[in-house]
Amino acid sequence: MNLRRDVFQAIADPTRRAILLLVASQSLTAGAIASNFDTARPTVSKHLQILTECELLEQKQNGREIYYQTNAKKMKAIADFIEPFRKMWDDRFNKLESIMKKYKSKK
Amino acid sequence: MEQKTKINAEDGKQEIMITREFDLPLELLFKAYAEPEIVEQWMGTKVLKLENKKHGGYQFETTDPKGNKHGFSGVIHEFSPNKKITRTFEMEHTPFGVQLEILAFEELTDDTCRLNMHVIYESVAQRDEVLKLPFAQGINMAHNRIQDIVSKLK
Repeated sequence: MNLRRDVFQAIADPTRRAILLLVASQSLTAGAIASNFDTARPTVSKHLQILTECELLEQKQNGREIYYQTNAKKMKAIADFIEPFRKMWDDRFNKLESIMKKYKSKK
Repeated sequence: MEQKTKINAEDGKQEIMITREFDLPLELLFKAYAEPEIVEQWMGTKVLKLENKKHGGYQFETTDPKGNKHGFSGVIHEFSPNKKITRTFEMEHTPFGVQLEILAFEELTDDTCRLNMHVIYESVAQRDEVLKLPFAQGINMAHNRIQDIVSKLK
């Protein structure tokens, strides 16, 4: 695994997010992906390389063509990145609730 | 089980919505935000200043396990008891910028209430950085633990 890239850096870019959305519904070749964007082909290739390096995309050989598909496990990791933040607030609010319940019974 | 605290962070937007329902009367929830001693308990921070009024300011200070002090502060734009608090929030000496927080307190029944916390950041990138913060800290903590264990092995 290439540790040079992290998934968050990868999804910070709007084009890369668009590529992920596109490939999420069906596996596509680099050419088919590039045809969906006005960006130059080498730029799209670079995006594909980054997404592959951080394992959000996987390559699959099909005859002479290489198809790109999303890596479900890694995609779930992005969906979950907000979870620690939610958990932090949930813990705080749970504490608030238990403190105020005691406060109520004291009165 | 349904989650009590919900976060709505839409892709590409510079805001988030944190929603939580409490098994508490509205007055008690609001009190937890207004009384410095109670804020200290649930936020796990020291309250240096808390002026609950328009043009008022607040200043919190947290000491991490290593003994470093971290300042959090902001100014209050609106303070309507049991209804609404509008304020800014900043983690001092960090690159995360200033965020605007609109806290709406809502009564559901005599014993339950809801808090809607609308947070607006300077940019989408900044919002995503802040959202990743606990995630990144979790990874750092794991790294520190590994480092501790490894250094003990030496």
